[in-house]
Amino acid sequence: MGEVIVITSGKGGVGKTTTTANLGTGLAKLNKKVVLIDTDIGLRNLDVVMGLENRIVYNLVDVVEGNCKRNQALIKDKKYENLFLLPAAQTRDKTSVTPEQMKKLTDELKEEFDYIILDCPAGIEQGFKNAIAGADRALVITTPEVSAVRDADRIIGLLEANEIKNPQLIVNRLRPDLIRRGDMMSAADVVDILAIELLGQVPDDENIVIATNNGEPLVGDNSLAGQAYMNICRRVTGENVPFLDLEAKKGLFGWFRKR
Amino acid sequence: MKITDIFKRKSSSDVAKDRLRLVLVSDRASCSPDLMERIRSDIIEVLSKYAEIDKDGIDINFTQMDTESGSGKTVPALYANIPIRNMNHNTKPGQSAP
Repeated sequence: MGEVIVITSGKGGVGKTTTTANLGTGLAKLNKKVVLIDTDIGLRNLDVVMGLENRIVYNLVDVVEGNCKRNQALIKDKKYENLFLLPAAQTRDKTSVTPEQMKKLTDELKEEFDYIILDCPAGIEQGFKNAIAGADRALVITTPEVSAVRDADRIIGLLEANEIKNPQLIVNRLRPDLIRRGDMMSAADVVDILAIELLGQVPDDENIVIATNNGEPLVGDNSLAGQAYMNICRRVTGENVPFLDLEAKKGLFGWFRKR
Repeated sequence: MKITDIFKRKSSSDVAKDRLRLVLVSDRASCSPDLMERIRSDIIEVLSKYAEIDKDGIDINFTQMDTESGSGKTVPALYANIPIRNMNHNTKPGQSAP
């Protein structure tokens, strides 16, 4: 029996889609059978981040409306046999799908996959309600900025009100240099304010931009972000992985600092 | 960074944390604008039986208040500032004002 995980944030542009793509690819690397669902109907993006935009024939709305068989709409990843994407419809809106239909779909997929990962749209309206309907577990993404943390707090309240207990936090785009000089909240500061469990901290890394340009998630490569995402994947599977030292690779100065 | 910055007490990340803590207190305690409006109109209706109220000067809101125990904990509180123009002294119990 698989697990349904929703990736959500409230605020847009904090890295939900990037996280979904990397989490899915990383779990596939760990030999899990994974399906990613883009629930952002009308503004789909997970397909381009995954580099699968040219293979779309059917989408989420087609599946729900019965225009195709479920497995016809699932796009197999370029590299991983055990990774699939169910893209959102681009020419429809959020009301094309109901929370009940989403729950039915994820319940069915649970029979076949280890992980069903839902990329939630920004906001707290219908799209959010659809995305959380069948979720067993929620990962809340935020950046260390007041606007994103505030929205994350609102989302955490809404998740708990909808019986999705113990959401976990990923703090994205951390800048160790800014944190060190007191101009950015650390992951610990954000955890202190939101009072939920920290699942991962991802540094602001230019390699993410390059990976998105290429449509190839960087999880598991040698970059700091790649390592951070791989650690998150392993923690999702229940492994106890220590947090990455984001100050690593700081050269001689960093070497002295650590003594 | 200027020399004077060294003597500043708070870093911008501390300012961010303090501001967030405050804004989340009111976010978490407050209710929907619709419910707020219903509470407001009900309070006005009840008070109007007994007094003439300056409806434009009314301020009703949820805030945080320190608990009486002085433990530093706060609880949500309903704050209402309602200016009264005149009392309706002739209102009898069980009878609404004209």
